[in-house]
Amino acid sequence: MNHVIVGAGPAGVIASETLASMGHGGHITVLSDEPEPPYSRMAIPYLLAEDIDEEGTCLRHSDGHYEGLGIAVKHDTVRAIDAAARSLSLASGGSLAFDRLLLATGASPIRPPIPGMDLEKVMSCWTLADARRIMEHTRPGDDVVLMGAGFIGCIILEALVARQVNLTVIEMADRMVARMMDRTGGDMIAAWCREKGVDVHVSTRVNGVSRNSDGSLALDLEGKAPLNADLVVCATGVASNTGFLEGSGIETDIGVVVDEHLETSVPGIYAAGDVAAGFDFMTGGHDVHAIQPTASEHGRIAAMNMAGNRTAYRGSLVMNTLNTLGLISTSYGLWDGVEGGDVATAVDARAYRYLRLNFRDDVLVGCLALGLTQHVGVLRGLIQTKTPLGKWKDVLMADPHQIMSAYLATAQDASRRAA
Amino acid sequence: MVDGCEGDRRSPRFCHIGCGEGTAEERCWGMQKSLLIDPDKCTSCLQCEMACSFEHEGSFNPARSRIKIFEFEHGKRAVPYTCTQCAEAWCVHACPVEALVRNPATGAVEVKDDVCVGCKVCTIACPFGTVNYNPDTGKVIKCDLCHGDPKCAEACPTDAIVYVDSSWTGLDRMRRWAGHVDTNQSAKA
Ligand SMILES: Cc1cc2nc3c(=O)[nH]c(=O)nc-3n(C[C@H](O)[C@H](O)[C@H](O)COP(=O)(O)OP(=O)(O)OC[C@H]3O[C@@H](n4cnc5c(N)ncnc54)[C@H](O)[C@@H]3O)c2cc1C
Ligand code: SF4
Ligand code: SF4
Repeated sequence: MNHVIVGAGPAGVIASETLASMGHGGHITVLSDEPEPPYSRMAIPYLLAEDIDEEGTCLRHSDGHYEGLGIAVKHDTVRAIDAAARSLSLASGGSLAFDRLLLATGASPIRPPIPGMDLEKVMSCWTLADARRIMEHTRPGDDVVLMGAGFIGCIILEALVARQVNLTVIEMADRMVARMMDRTGGDMIAAWCREKGVDVHVSTRVNGVSRNSDGSLALDLEGKAPLNADLVVCATGVASNTGFLEGSGIETDIGVVVDEHLETSVPGIYAAGDVAAGFDFMTGGHDVHAIQPTASEHGRIAAMNMAGNRTAYRGSLVMNTLNTLGLISTSYGLWDGVEGGDVATAVDARAYRYLRLNFRDDVLVGCLALGLTQHVGVLRGLIQTKTPLGKWKDVLMADPHQIMSAYLATAQDASRRAA
Repeated sequence: MVDGCEGDRRSPRFCHIGCGEGTAEERCWGMQKSLLIDPDKCTSCLQCEMACSFEHEGSFNPARSRIKIFEFEHGKRAVPYTCTQCAEAWCVHACPVEALVRNPATGAVEVKDDVCVGCKVCTIACPFGTVNYNPDTGKVIKCDLCHGDPKCAEACPTDAIVYVDSSWTGLDRMRRWAGHVDTNQSAKA
């Protein structure tokens, strides 16, 4: 049995290790189109901040880790898939046969359709190669503009500040991290950044970027004075890497559509991680979360199914945590609430603390937190076990900070019931 | 435990006894010892928090203790709370750089400080909330069973926390509850 995995990010690597641990008795090949040993994109900000070196971005650290598990990691790019012939065509020229295939090709950054996005000093921050380029082109005191203050943008923000550049952030939406924070939280993060000396502009559109005669860049902003910069870092979203699947018969929409076994529309071909539109635990619909925890869950469960251990999957819970210049924010699940559901909030804008709990009846379905660092995970516990909170819901409505007490009371009851 | 088990807690794949109690994805729990916590015995004296922080931080700083006492119902109940070193180890799976590693000798999931980048993904992935971020170091902290000699159990004057063979601890019950959170084990087709 030939198990082939395309992509050596967390989804692909965890899938290969899961297959190896299940003693499936076949070959496991992982293909990567990047030259480095399998690494974690998530570690890139810490490389930029010079907290770690490139070695520190590796997904696995022991010598001979993959060989020892019988996993062959090969550096090649898959150009196309012939699903009927069960064969991949490779950029190096050859082809590779598979019995079971996992698509774990991740996502790639996208840029807005405006002039100047192809200029040399407009850079994405997605791969190790990108990180090296940014490190090479940033010196302390340089004027750097970060386009996009979404989740990834905000993570890069922290790293750029650590590089001591003079940073301006331009965000088109009306607030920072619009996909994981409501207005209250987003505004608090922006206020915090400004307090720390980062110039943040929300509700601001970049119409185009051009090159000045001295080599620096000029950003044309809608309704605002133009802005000069030595470098523009673009974090304006990502899209799943599905291009090479064209004509393969594998169904895609925003990502590769997978069922509860992480299997695509073609039997024996699976997808996991940023490339997969898998089930969302809260909505039951298909979504691309583009986060590490979903990629790792997908990788594990897809591999179990590939090995013949049919394992259904209840969907991933979307979760994010962000450190913005020391202000820690977290969001889980339906952070924006549900229709007809109750919402409990506690805001202390001056202390930069915010907690918002969203309920459906007496069950927690999502939440937001700013400034919370202790026992954050119990929020996941409550959401994912769908624990009925009973009278504790009233306690939480009055004081959301009672979350740990509510958790211990209801969780302990739940564990007694299970016993 | 069956005859001949060396309790070396290796992956069942390498086990030569094969009692069948382990599964391919889970570690064999062999002779593992665990913390058994009995909230009814806890008087909220905080000796465990003191001992834990002293062991790990070199100073008495309950805010950095890996075990926490939670009082509720206006102080009528106190609950010592820490990581159960759960078999599922959500934290381990979520870590992007392999900074969380199971110590085969104790079964505890330990943080490798030199590898941890402080991304905090483990803190949101653990559904028990038992990995915490330490802003002072930029890394996370969690219970490591003091490498097999847990100071909290030693310090507890009422035996609300004891370190005993796993099979007695009722930890299975906790773990079953963990299974309930699971996205796959409890939802086998
Ligand atoms: C700077 C940065 C910070 C981040 N921070 C966080 C965070 O804090 N929390 C969080 O949850 N997530 C974070 N993420 C997102 C997280 O890294 C991704 O969700 C995760 O990497 C997805 O894993 P994956 O295995 O699906 O894809 P990837 O890690 O993208 O891996 C896909 C691999 O497939 C390869 N590939 C693609 N096409 C082909 C092909 N045709 N042939 C061969 N190989 C191919 C790619 O080169 C790549 O190596 C961050 C991402 C970035 C860039
Ligand atoms: S920290 Fe949480 S996820 Fe990790 S082993 Fe402990 S209880 Fe399990
Ligand atoms: S905070 Fe450290 S241990 Fe936790 S997931 Fe990130 S790198 Fe791993």
